[in-house]
Amino acid sequence: MTEVLIKVGFLAVAALNGAIIFTIMDVKGASWMQRRPGPLHVGLRGFIFPLAEILKFVQKEDIIPTEVDRPVFKWAPAYVMVSCVALFAVVPMSPTLVVADLELGVFFALAISSLGTIGVLTAGWSSANKYSLMGGLRAAGQLIAYELPLILAVVGVVIQAETMSLVGIVEKQIEWGVPFVVGGQIVGFLIFMVAATAEMMRVPFDMPIGESELTMGFMTEYSGIRFLIFYISEYMNMFILCAIASTLFLGGYHVPLLPTEWVNFYGPVVLLTKTAILGFILVAVRWSQPRFREDQLQNLAWKILIPASLVNILVTAIMKVGF
Amino acid sequence: MVNALDPQNMNSFSEASVSVEIETEDMTLNIGPQHPSTHGVLRLVAKVDGEKVHDVKPVLGYMHRGYEKLAEVRSYPQITTLVNRIDWVAGFSNEIPFIAGAERLMEIEVPERAKHIRLILNEMARISSHFVFNGAYALEVGALTPIFYAMEDRERVLDLIESVTGGRFHPNFNRIGGVKPAAGAGPTSKKNIQDLPAGFYRDTKVAMEKVIEAADQFQNLIGGNEVFKKRTKNVGVLTAETAEAYGVSGPILRASGVKSDLRTQTDYLPYDQFDYDIPTGENGDCYDRWDVRVKEMVESAKIVLQAIDSMPSGPLQAKVPKVIKVPKGRTYVRAENPKGEMGYYIISDGGLGPYRLKVRTASFSNISILPIMLEGALLPDLIAIMGSLDFVLGDVDR
Repeated sequence: MTEVLIKVGFLAVAALNGAIIFTIMDVKGASWMQRRPGPLHVGLRGFIFPLAEILKFVQKEDIIPTEVDRPVFKWAPAYVMVSCVALFAVVPMSPTLVVADLELGVFFALAISSLGTIGVLTAGWSSANKYSLMGGLRAAGQLIAYELPLILAVVGVVIQAETMSLVGIVEKQIEWGVPFVVGGQIVGFLIFMVAATAEMMRVPFDMPIGESELTMGFMTEYSGIRFLIFYISEYMNMFILCAIASTLFLGGYHVPLLPTEWVNFYGPVVLLTKTAILGFILVAVRWSQPRFREDQLQNLAWKILIPASLVNILVTAIMKVGF
Repeated sequence: MVNALDPQNMNSFSEASVSVEIETEDMTLNIGPQHPSTHGVLRLVAKVDGEKVHDVKPVLGYMHRGYEKLAEVRSYPQITTLVNRIDWVAGFSNEIPFIAGAERLMEIEVPERAKHIRLILNEMARISSHFVFNGAYALEVGALTPIFYAMEDRERVLDLIESVTGGRFHPNFNRIGGVKPAAGAGPTSKKNIQDLPAGFYRDTKVAMEKVIEAADQFQNLIGGNEVFKKRTKNVGVLTAETAEAYGVSGPILRASGVKSDLRTQTDYLPYDQFDYDIPTGENGDCYDRWDVRVKEMVESAKIVLQAIDSMPSGPLQAKVPKVIKVPKGRTYVRAENPKGEMGYYIISDGGLGPYRLKVRTASFSNISILPIMLEGALLPDLIAIMGSLDFVLGDVDR
């Protein structure tokens, strides 16, 4: 029992901290790219900015409009957040520092990652707002379009690693000596990152939020702490998907040439560094790209990403059987 | 009751075809008056089927301030303050046609130097207006960064306008017969009172070089972006015939391929002394409308640079009576403003103020095209098309 509690506590704290670190990164990246000195001024050169942000939202009134479907409206943010935190359970920081090394870790991660969309859809539906509804429906449409390439991109890794356990996948990469992104899964990695960007609803795939057309999409009617939960979940999702991408493709908690017996000590640092590098790429993309249109995302997913990932699987399988 | 599983009935069932059409109803979506992308308080009542827009009705009047009526109870010098606020993004440009109209009725010959200063500030207003468009349009298609660059670059131009006129947005600088003595000139020194502030030429040269640089940066940052091209190319195509039929003017008309620019066609300011191009587009889509404006910024900067080099000396004011009374008559003066053609129809009964003032603004005519352009567009395209028309609600409702 104690062990379970410790693990759950670790999970929540780690995911939340990851989200906060990514918030700082996003804000700092934005101010740097936009030549804005503003975020330097909230204490300690701006590094307690997320704290100020959280306090601001917590003390605001939690407005629930009269027309909304109350229970659904109230629980939708929790749904989104829980799916993010649960996703973190299978990410190994080292061979032993992992909440649950599931045999079907990859399967679990992909299944849970799409659950958050249900929260988004219910938030959009229950808000009794046309903009929210359109945002929710866009999120659902997006889910179907990019979930497939996301899964198919991972299939290549699973074939190569011969296991679905995330620890097993990392161990395989240690055994190989190079991460999978170098060892043949570069296409899979790119597809995974594009699909993951769509999954976390970030620019250029942030159509469910689309603030210029849908005001704030599915979040329009939310305020106060419920809005904060959506806001934090977005960064949590970003953090965790980057962690999963670095586990699957970039060698996870290990870098070549480092001694494997010390992996429990440097593992978390290595994983977080890789995650942060991926996160920074996402930040750079967010602040430099316009938004796609919904139908253009569908075209991209169905006409380019899915065929490419199928070819990727085929090539991986041939290489696996042939050599 | 027919048993579907009975083999005898199987044939008739297999032949039956599904001819049920799902009855759907269009959703009425109120975009505005409070919406981040309507540039103020424009309201669009859109009938949408999912993401597809079937019908759009613009509803105007949320910002009607009655300037035409207010002008009837004010004297001519007072009206300049009012008209400043019609298109607030380019406040200076609104004054020019009104003042030019009053001067035409009074038959005043404005000194060359005053005309040149007007021209320089008019072009600066155009540049600052196009900067705002650039940033706002990028924001509308989802890019969050360019607006900060645009605002920073615009500030340089606004600083110059402020150094001359004393106001960033509402200069209130034109006087009948010339311009106001510059703000930077010392009030005590009789010699300096009719001059531009010290260092104006040097600062302007630097700022205009920066504008040309910034336009180049926008071409790379926004125009070269694949996503931006995908969002704007072949979106909201406006043919030259439709544009002309609806009285569309300015950069929108030029983007459709019509080389029409009132700066060359009329003589309200001495534009004929300078060498510049009139950029036009080919397809009349959103990308061309964006492109034409960026190129116009460069041309405007070139005009300002030339005007500074050839600035004539002389007085800033023509001889005008102390109490300005405009003789009986009527006139219409039109000018090429950043948003398009702006005109004032002044009817004077010989009194202190106009008997009637009719303001023709560019944005009002330009958004009349919206229902046609938005027919069958997708919702994100609606925003992209609306943004590319670059209207200001103060200019629509007056």
